[in-house]
Amino acid sequence: MRHACARGPMEIAKKSDVLIGYAAAVGCPAESCEAGKAGVCQGCPGRELCLQQQGGVDEDQKYINVRMKAIKKKILVLSGKGGVGKSTVAACLGMALAKLNTKVGILDLDICGPSIPKLLAVEGQAVVNSQYGWTPLRSPHSEVKVMSVGCLLGESDSPVVWRGPRKSSLIKQFLKDTFWGRLDYLIFDTPPGTSDEHLTVVKMLLNVKPEGAILVTTPQDVALATIRKEISFCRKMSLNIIGIVGNMASYVCPCCKEESPIFTDDGGVQSLCNEYSIPFLGTVPLDPVTSIKHFLTGSGDVL
Amino acid sequence: MSEKEPQNILKGVQHVILILSGKGGVGKSTMTTQLALSLVQAGKTVGVLDVDLCGPSIPRMLNLENNDVHQCSEGWIPVYTDPSKKLGVMSIGFLLQNRDDAVIWRGPKKNAMIKQFLTDVVWGSLDYLLIDTPPGTSDEHITVVENVKNVNPDGAILVTTPQGVALSDVRKELSFCRKTGIPILGIVENMSGFVCPNCTECTNVFSTGGGESLAKLCSVPFLGRVPLDPRLTQCVEEGKSFAEVYHDTPAQKAMTDIVDKLLVQS
Repeated sequence: MRHACARGPMEIAKKSDVLIGYAAAVGCPAESCEAGKAGVCQGCPGRELCLQQQGGVDEDQKYINVRMKAIKKKILVLSGKGGVGKSTVAACLGMALAKLNTKVGILDLDICGPSIPKLLAVEGQAVVNSQYGWTPLRSPHSEVKVMSVGCLLGESDSPVVWRGPRKSSLIKQFLKDTFWGRLDYLIFDTPPGTSDEHLTVVKMLLNVKPEGAILVTTPQDVALATIRKEISFCRKMSLNIIGIVGNMASYVCPCCKEESPIFTDDGGVQSLCNEYSIPFLGTVPLDPVTSIKHFLTGSGDVL
Repeated sequence: MSEKEPQNILKGVQHVILILSGKGGVGKSTMTTQLALSLVQAGKTVGVLDVDLCGPSIPRMLNLENNDVHQCSEGWIPVYTDPSKKLGVMSIGFLLQNRDDAVIWRGPKKNAMIKQFLTDVVWGSLDYLLIDTPPGTSDEHITVVENVKNVNPDGAILVTTPQGVALSDVRKELSFCRKTGIPILGIVENMSGFVCPNCTECTNVFSTGGGESLAKLCSVPFLGRVPLDPRLTQCVEEGKSFAEVYHDTPAQKAMTDIVDKLLVQS
């Protein structure tokens, strides 16, 4: 098929050449050991961050290590795809663990769309800056500790329109300055994607040996396609995958109690887990109140 | 290749529309693809630009995975759905070696890629260019808005689901549009109600009416309410137009109404 503009020969844009050549043209070695040090890094707003995170001396890392050492288990909740229920799963997991008489905290790393304050009923509470650092808020649900940019903004409709480096700085500040005290579990709720926030938190946490990541997906193919990328991200970053949760697997009709699939589900989540040899933590229908223990039973041993 | 600006490369495009949300998983990409297919059915030429670099869904939703991007002397040629070239698509999904490869880029690299999408893709003459965005208000959104402002976009369609957590993110997105001077074409409330196939009772999985209330509160047009229909998901996964395959369904009627409002507004 020829295009109207093609006065000359057309050729297929070689995928590797486009992305590698493009990357060379952009000059962003963020994922390599040259991050922050290459000539093209001069003037880049992310340079400081890259320099700190690429084997150079990061002043914040030692403070973060101290904070994190007081926490027994650190778990990230990831997805890649938005709207699959990461925050819901993170919140319910936190509350369920707290009910088992453990001390739990949730750090909401979604700076653009922080949902955790609403889910854990801490909206309207103010964050106090004590001599030990930022005091996390306490949820009325099982006393789960919460920190989120939503707590700092209140219920404002003002969006947080920040580019990557600024978001990364705030995340480092959350990790460094939040006074969690001793916790059994700290759960990190993340935004969708595989970008600045994820790179920053994983690089900061790898020094303190997190338990790993719980991946959340819904059954549709388009969500599973994105989860594959997330698995690829975790493996590239040497982050252990605790398991995968299949959320919104079906809907229980409150009238006739019949379970129907809202999204097409042909066992894709289980098959994906088998393919990648990742534990399948279970499915959660659209009725989280009765079903959250469903997947906890599967994850209880590994946690 | 000489320095290009979006206003030059997009001068053949009559209407530029952004599909935004703030919240993830509300159906932006689904709405974008179904709107595109419905506009084509209405006789328009349409382009879809997918600027979600981390989770590019558009190629899959239009059954275009594993296609190659061709280059000509003037730039990259969009991938067309069929020989009629009524619907062309550009996405990073076409540029990945392996569809499972993650794009793990920090902001500056994403910005440069998006700018290249806006300056190097040769769309030619289009009635509509729909720009599908990732959730949030970050690098991708700032870069797209900075670059399309000079081409006088028609505005943004905001997609939400009815529940509170989605609405609060969409309110932020509305503020973002107002601050950046992007006109708001209206709000679509997606996944609004589910008709149980067993007892045909319509229940509100995520409550209902929130999108319409928000539109009234913020004085923006309410474009319509699309219910949850598993057949819509099936069409999306098969790259088909739901409005074409399933007639006389509430979801199809809702999609048709939204397209009609869009055609009237433009």
